[in-house]
Amino acid sequence: MTGLGIEFCGAALKALGSGALFWPAERLLVVSDLHLGKSARLAARGGALLPPYEGRETLLRLERDLEATGARRVVCLGDSFDAAGIDLLLPEEERLWIARLQAGRDWMWLEGNHDPGPVSLGGTHLAQLDLGGLVLRHIAKPGARGEISGHYHPKARLVLRGGRVITRACFLVDRARLLMPAYGAYTGGLRTDSPALAGLMEAGARAILTGEKPLAIPMPR
Amino acid sequence: MSDLPASLDQWFAARGWSLHPHQRAMLERAGAPALLLIAPTGGGKTLAGFLPTLAELTAAPRTGLHTLYVSPLKALAADIRRNLLIPVEEAGLPIRVEDHTGDTSSSRKRRQRADPPHILLTTPESLAMLTSYEDAPRIFAGLQRVVVDEIHALAESKRGDQLMLALARLQRLCPGLRRVGLSATVEDPQAIARLLARHPDPCEILEADPGPEPDISMLRTEAAPPWSGGGAAHAIPAVLEQVKQHRTTLIFHNTRAQAEIFFHKLWLANDDALPIGIHHGSLDRGQREKVEAAMVRGDLRAIVCTGSLDLGIDWGDVDLVIQIGAPKNVKRLVQRIGRANHRYNAPSKALLVPANRFEVVECLAALEAVRAQDLDGESRGPGPRDVLCQHILIAACAGPFDADDLYAEMTTAGAYAGLGRAEFDACLQFCATGGYALRAYDQWQRLKQREDGLWQLRDPRSAARIRQNIGTIQDTDTLKVRYRGRGGAPLGEIEEGFAAQLSRGDTFLIGGQIVRYEGLREMTVEVSRDAHSKPKIATFMGTKFATSTQLSERILRLFSQEDWPGLPAHTADWLHRQRKVSRLPEPGRLLIESFPHDGREQLVVYGFAGRNAMQTLGLLLTKRMEEEGLAPMGFVATDYAVLIWGLDAVVDPAPLFDLAALEAGLEGWLAGNAVMKRTFRASATIAGLIERNHGGQRKTGRQATMSSDILYDTLVKYDPGHLLLQITREEAMRGLVDFARIREMCARIGGRIDLVRLDRLSPLSAPLFLEPGRVPIRGSAEARLLEEEVGALLREAGLWEIGA
Repeated sequence: MTGLGIEFCGAALKALGSGALFWPAERLLVVSDLHLGKSARLAARGGALLPPYEGRETLLRLERDLEATGARRVVCLGDSFDAAGIDLLLPEEERLWIARLQAGRDWMWLEGNHDPGPVSLGGTHLAQLDLGGLVLRHIAKPGARGEISGHYHPKARLVLRGGRVITRACFLVDRARLLMPAYGAYTGGLRTDSPALAGLMEAGARAILTGEKPLAIPMPR
Repeated sequence: MSDLPASLDQWFAARGWSLHPHQRAMLERAGAPALLLIAPTGGGKTLAGFLPTLAELTAAPRTGLHTLYVSPLKALAADIRRNLLIPVEEAGLPIRVEDHTGDTSSSRKRRQRADPPHILLTTPESLAMLTSYEDAPRIFAGLQRVVVDEIHALAESKRGDQLMLALARLQRLCPGLRRVGLSATVEDPQAIARLLARHPDPCEILEADPGPEPDISMLRTEAAPPWSGGGAAHAIPAVLEQVKQHRTTLIFHNTRAQAEIFFHKLWLANDDALPIGIHHGSLDRGQREKVEAAMVRGDLRAIVCTGSLDLGIDWGDVDLVIQIGAPKNVKRLVQRIGRANHRYNAPSKALLVPANRFEVVECLAALEAVRAQDLDGESRGPGPRDVLCQHILIAACAGPFDADDLYAEMTTAGAYAGLGRAEFDACLQFCATGGYALRAYDQWQRLKQREDGLWQLRDPRSAARIRQNIGTIQDTDTLKVRYRGRGGAPLGEIEEGFAAQLSRGDTFLIGGQIVRYEGLREMTVEVSRDAHSKPKIATFMGTKFATSTQLSERILRLFSQEDWPGLPAHTADWLHRQRKVSRLPEPGRLLIESFPHDGREQLVVYGFAGRNAMQTLGLLLTKRMEEEGLAPMGFVATDYAVLIWGLDAVVDPAPLFDLAALEAGLEGWLAGNAVMKRTFRASATIAGLIERNHGGQRKTGRQATMSSDILYDTLVKYDPGHLLLQITREEAMRGLVDFARIREMCARIGGRIDLVRLDRLSPLSAPLFLEPGRVPIRGSAEARLLEEEVGALLREAGLWEIGA
């Protein structure tokens, strides 16, 4: 499993190229912003009918990460579902798939702005989780320390030699907080140089690019 | 005999005007169901189109819409309105003329829908929008004529396909509708006629007297043009001299970037401070309008421009057209020349300025083609199905429809006459359910079939979203550029990719000014003035035309001459030397040169298939060479050749040109290719899979919409047979991939391949070594470059301690 070690507020964590975060000491896998059911929600609103395969794609990634890390606990850091109640409308195949992944694991759904209520699938529903000196929640709180959050879908943009521009979803980490990239297949992103992210992170923050091999760089601002 | 009403007749007489024969002929044939007029610019084409309308409305005054006029440009619609109002007002005709375009306010549009004028001037997109309303039958009730202006320009793009589908709808609402097309000189009037008429009806063609031969020649410059490049900086003094000698000069460029650079250099040399402006599609509308107004007033001596000035807007007193760089296409050149001397019956004057040595040859070939009136054109093939999908959705917005009726209606549009029922049904399924192998949207179909068999929108609210996405013009992602500070003046737009490369203090050219990048604020690029530094050049996607098949063939024929008295000595010498040390490419054969240079083995394939096809050929040949173990390392393509460098010399080229193997390579290569992703994005947007960003979405800086690449990758992975992937493939093959021309090249050479082994580079190949856009062949290059960049960043920042 390719992962990049991060020492964060006393915890030894591993940022995975897929966008998941593994905490070996707790055998815990954290994923954020799965946005399951996104294509279904857009379709229900009378909009475009996107390829209805993002659930499979997201769950396939999650399954691989769970197998590779041997995680016994899973935290979905909010916005796991694209809309409240959409979990009921997921294809049966995906509901069964989630149940299979949950088997034998301690599974926690943290609430997000898209999915504030409890879900019909197994697992515990929490507003936030305090664990081993860290706090996990969906949206970063001002002044928090040792906080792992999601919500912003950060993505970094880099110009390579010869002018090629690449954009990658990324983790952002400084001494006080860690922001997770969106894990879902159909998720856009917010550039790290946007005021919201630039204002949130301290000077000296790093971005860890997702991809085949996670790479750490100074946060592009 | 004149059908002109007395009031109009008197108005003409008072001005001392008489009708041109083709204008009279248009009146006489006013009853034809479809009529195409081919006339040169300045021939009173538009008036010819409107005369029957003026006559009919004056003879029998009435209310309601009588004539719909469609033009490719909003500006043209506004221009025509001004021109039409003159006779209408002065002759006191009982006719109301209004325009209805993207620039018209929504309250005015609503009023026009409730109470349509006699003559409505619009664009294909605005017309498509009008047909999407439930009250379309009422808006168009009584419509007699539709006049399509500059139909030759529309015929080349999806905008024309969109228009013809809209006309098919209008014809069903108004069965007696008569269609009139107005076209500049084209190579194949029949093709345009087929597009215009309701299939399978015939279409009469009227050809006006083409007027005197244009006076067109190559500009002689003191300095010889460089071996490669497109700047034509060597010609600046000669061009300025020409500007001084004429009243108003239009200076055309093939790309926006070239126009910007040339304009900048022209001003540096403009010691007399002649008023010279710039006009291209990426400039702010306000800026463009200012230039247009100055032009009409006759305040400008010259305008540096691109295709945005190609169409027939009335600019008054242009007496010289200069084309910088080789015209890639003769027809476009002829249409541009039409800009000069807008008076009918006076010869147009034009000068060609080749920007490099090879373009000298190309210009000569183009001049010969113009004299021989040998225009070029590529046939467009069947109508694209992404546009069809959009029109199915538009039809659904207008109300419930019967699939059989809609199929019958759409196949009356010439480009879709050959559309099979199964293909139509696939498009309908796509619109209704997404057309996925996984039937996920049964409960959320976009269109659903009612008990009575009619199809309708499941959710009426989706009509508004569909309307927001009407149109086939692709905006690349651009950012607005404006001066920093409150209310800073807008300058224009640059591509997002270019903007991403800028850091504070970088300078670039826009609208002829050098500006300094200050920062990005709310998705707007803020700049300040900076007159001193050497600027970067903004990139614009724009269109980079490929040299047409006909022009390429002419160049090959020109090569087979004994001598070239028409060419300047420097260029003729160059060709003689090529013939001596190697040979010149010939029609019906394929010349390949191979030689060592720069420590590598070089292979030059003179395929003459146009830029896009040569680029594709470069990709496919290097792939084939890889398979044959020839270790290619990179290639660069131009309109006429592809240069490949690698470790080993090619001894037997024939197996590389096995068409079947090339095409098989295409399959694998296409799927992951950026060209495909770009094409997918365009087609998916037109077909309604990707909704354009709505107004505020980007501004708020919230999560942007997901990238279309993700959708593409997902489809390729989970649903490779999906309709949109089929459409993407079709569109890419005829667009940027242009495989048809590779096929045509292989047919043309029929295995007659001449491999010439040289000990050093040949004269004809030399410019290729200066050509930008070299494509390295590398599988894992992006990863390597990325790591390199990461390393650089880490060093720059002082090493990062990354915990274990």
